Amino acid sequence: MSDWRPVCGPAQLRLRARLLADVRRFFAEREVMEVETPLLGAACGTDPNLAVFATRFSAPPLCRELFLQTSPEFAMKRLLAAGSGSIYQICKAFRNSESGRWHNPEFTILEWYRIGFDLSALIEECLALLSALLAPVYSGLTEERVAYRDLFIRHAGLDPLAFDLPVFRARADALGLSEAYTLCGENPVLWLDLLFSVCVQPAMRPNCLYAVYHYPSSQSSLARVCTADERLAERFELFFNGLELGNGFFELADASEQELRFERELAYRRENGLPDAVKDRRLLSALAAGLPDCSGVAVGIDRLLMLLAEAEHIDQVLAFPLRLA
Amino acid sequence: MAIYSTNEFKGGLKIMLDNDPCSIIENEFVKPGKGQAFNRVRIRNLKTGRVIERTFKSGDTVEGADVVDVDMQYLYSDGEFWHFMTPESFEQYQAEKSAVSEAAKWLKEQDVCTVTLWNGSPLSVSPPNFVELAITETDPGLKGDTSGGGGKPATLETGAVVRVPLFVQIGEVIKVDTRTGEYVSRVKD
Repeated sequence: MSDWRPVCGPAQLRLRARLLADVRRFFAEREVMEVETPLLGAACGTDPNLAVFATRFSAPPLCRELFLQTSPEFAMKRLLAAGSGSIYQICKAFRNSESGRWHNPEFTILEWYRIGFDLSALIEECLALLSALLAPVYSGLTEERVAYRDLFIRHAGLDPLAFDLPVFRARADALGLSEAYTLCGENPVLWLDLLFSVCVQPAMRPNCLYAVYHYPSSQSSLARVCTADERLAERFELFFNGLELGNGFFELADASEQELRFERELAYRRENGLPDAVKDRRLLSALAAGLPDCSGVAVGIDRLLMLLAEAEHIDQVLAFPLRLA
Repeated sequence: MAIYSTNEFKGGLKIMLDNDPCSIIENEFVKPGKGQAFNRVRIRNLKTGRVIERTFKSGDTVEGADVVDVDMQYLYSDGEFWHFMTPESFEQYQAEKSAVSEAAKWLKEQDVCTVTLWNGSPLSVSPPNFVELAITETDPGLKGDTSGGGGKPATLETGAVVRVPLFVQIGEVIKVDTRTGEYVSRVKD
């Protein structure tokens, strides 16, 4: 059997090594400090769309359940609240039952937080980093900063802030998505996820780096709600050639609002028969102690490598994808 | 019949969709970092041959379709049904015109082809990739023209019409690629 061999060759390994070195240089020049946080934690995200890997620590007196982290976000926020200043991390993240052309259940995240940055300042930094990394392969690369609502109207022909089931159904039928109602029912968030994934993302211009900002506040996740318009969240996503590369927030710092969102997600999990999650009390305590105003973003390193290698499948840029791990 | 989750979707899997048997061509897992996971699936309806794209919520399940491909010998047609037999068990099957459809014009008695069975009944018939058939009708060509340029229509013993080079004559056996409907060569005895 030759299944001991890595999937990707030496050229791919070098590409990854060079990318990581470039990223570290970028942050060194900006005096952002590299940190490490635990991959195994006692709490986990409550996001109903994320499934965790759970395990057990077996030596007393600390015997307990532990979770492989779906992102280093909570632990990094505890560092920020403790006065770390701007920080970044390159680490593995784990998401159960995610596998496909663009997903491996264990993947590499680049996550960073900038003290004092608002959303647009962080968007500019993301575009600077990603443009510099992608330019050698994608000459003539352009950038577009666009509001979620504008992009959604442009490609799906629907206003995401004015959910109207009959209108959305009729439009889905016209777009050849007659199964949309069966899939999404009367849940507006599902409708937006479906239409964005199936109609908006694939319609993005090639060779253009998109920063899509101001997601609807129904999809705020861990972002603040816009003070000027509470229908919108201070959240953005990055896309290139239709591929989602990163997700960023002007970070929610209000501990009670954060707890409310945890509770809402835990309730949704219970209502929909999803496994229970353990909310992160230490994060809540850190927020209560005071998180400095900051913006943060996570970028998928393996997907960046796919773009740099012009790979069709994430397995091509991993030495040992799940099936050979 | 088996139930399949979207996690088990892969090329070639046979499932039931809108009460028709279908075959999965391609399955793509689509999931935003924050949001619902979907599977975008390209599917061939095995009854109509049409390819459609369908989206599922990841984790949803569908019923499998009892569809198998079996090599069978073509026996004869009585005008209404086309009759086939499995070479090992001598079991006979009759296929309707809609199942045989385009394959009919390539079927010569005794030839072995692939019959797709759904719940034990013929759903579709695929002829062999290459068949050897005699020409029953064609214009007399110009003797000595071996260039192959131009060509002329020729009717074969099964009724199919293909373009052949000018030098090919009535009574000769030719090899045809059934996937493209194109003449390949003359067959010398």
